Amino acid sequence: MIGVRAPVLVGLVLVAASAAAAQSPGMNLPPSVTAGTAFSIPTSGSGQAILILAGPGQVLRESVSLGQPVSFAPGVLYSAGRYVAVLAQGSATDSGVFDVTPVPQPQKLSFLARPSRLPVALPNGVSGTAFVFDAYHNIITTPVPVSFQLSDSTGKAQERTVTSHDGVAWTRMNSASKEGTAKFVARAGDVASTRVIDEVPGDPCSLTLIAHPDGSKVALQTAPVRDCSGNPVPDGTIVTFTEARDGLQSTVDVPIKQDVARVDMPSWDGATISVASGIVAGNEIRWEGR
Amino acid sequence: MIRTILIRATLIAATLALSGLLAQPLAAQTDAPSVQVDPPDLQGSRPLEKQTEAAVIRDYLQSWQSMAAALDNNQPALLDADFVGTAHDTLAATVDEQTKLGIHTHYVARSHHLQIVFYSPEGLAIQLVDTVAYDEQIFDHDRELISQPVNARYVVVLTPSEVRWRVRFFQATPPASPAH
Repeated sequence: MIGVRAPVLVGLVLVAASAAAAQSPGMNLPPSVTAGTAFSIPTSGSGQAILILAGPGQVLRESVSLGQPVSFAPGVLYSAGRYVAVLAQGSATDSGVFDVTPVPQPQKLSFLARPSRLPVALPNGVSGTAFVFDAYHNIITTPVPVSFQLSDSTGKAQERTVTSHDGVAWTRMNSASKEGTAKFVARAGDVASTRVIDEVPGDPCSLTLIAHPDGSKVALQTAPVRDCSGNPVPDGTIVTFTEARDGLQSTVDVPIKQDVARVDMPSWDGATISVASGIVAGNEIRWEGR
Repeated sequence: MIRTILIRATLIAATLALSGLLAQPLAAQTDAPSVQVDPPDLQGSRPLEKQTEAAVIRDYLQSWQSMAAALDNNQPALLDADFVGTAHDTLAATVDEQTKLGIHTHYVARSHHLQIVFYSPEGLAIQLVDTVAYDEQIFDHDRELISQPVNARYVVVLTPSEVRWRVRFFQATPPASPAH
């Protein structure tokens, strides 16, 4: 009897096990999906179940007829990241992990350009940082060429192309030698972002003092004041005139107006007269009354 | 030359205890994640002070606690202290979706392996990568469906706010993605 029943019992156990295996929910996850694209997840088993896709960036829950693929329309799953998928039917589950990857085409740039105002001819004075995103605001972590172009007021441009690294590209550039409004453009693929940078004259490069007698006074004036790139120094820049004689000293601060600074000072024979602005000193003259 | 810092629960617990917001998730979490920090690899972008590095790592680790608490309790307000901009909006939207669907998720980080890889020249953004191992538990109407181990490489951008660094971009990539 035992010899007859044993194969029957084994057979029944195998049938029950295979039936249970056939009914338990199963799914075949894609290893990765591009954000916002249509995709489907084939399932196995029979009956109804729920499918949950959960990550920090997005959560989806679908009712599923096991044995049928679960289809997701374009734009439904769009947030890049790692997702846990669980297919549950009662206490029976199947689970796995898959990735949603960014769309490789840049659609948006977040562009930081600093400073917004700086002196001309400053080496590496301008910095630009670009973060590269797809249409769903996912960071594109694959390398993307990003070009930076800094054009000065004359249209002369510096250009540099940098490959992004985990979504970031950055550069430093020199400010132009010509004052004016510069355009700083970052471009990746078909998308560009522009910032405006105000490039202003630097400090005076040199000062030249000119003196003329004017009755009981001496009329002092600078030659037109320029920075080292030849740009006129802005009105309001302070120039200091100093007159010294016999241990006495007279100092006057004068703002530049229309490129020059002017002042009248007492005409002291034998006085030494000098001019300075910031750290720049001009020529010195000895006044003999004419 | 590689410097490894192992930070156990003390730092995070002390930080979070000050906030008083996340006592419950911490109490429930018996095993705090191990944290390994590699030296910054900044590619010459901007020097990074030690204090800044420590603050960024402290604030980033705390952001994981905030995120876990928000997604576990479906309370988007728990994100406010540590997230800003896109990261905040994305996570808050996930919390809203979870609430509508009757789902909540419990993230338990087991380990973080961090490296700061970029400090923007003007000092307004810091990027780090975190190779993190965590368990993600999914609850459907309070019934636990699964606890799934996950390994991921997160790309994170933090920006300074009044008193702390806050996470502005936060996105996982496959662990096998090209290394720096």
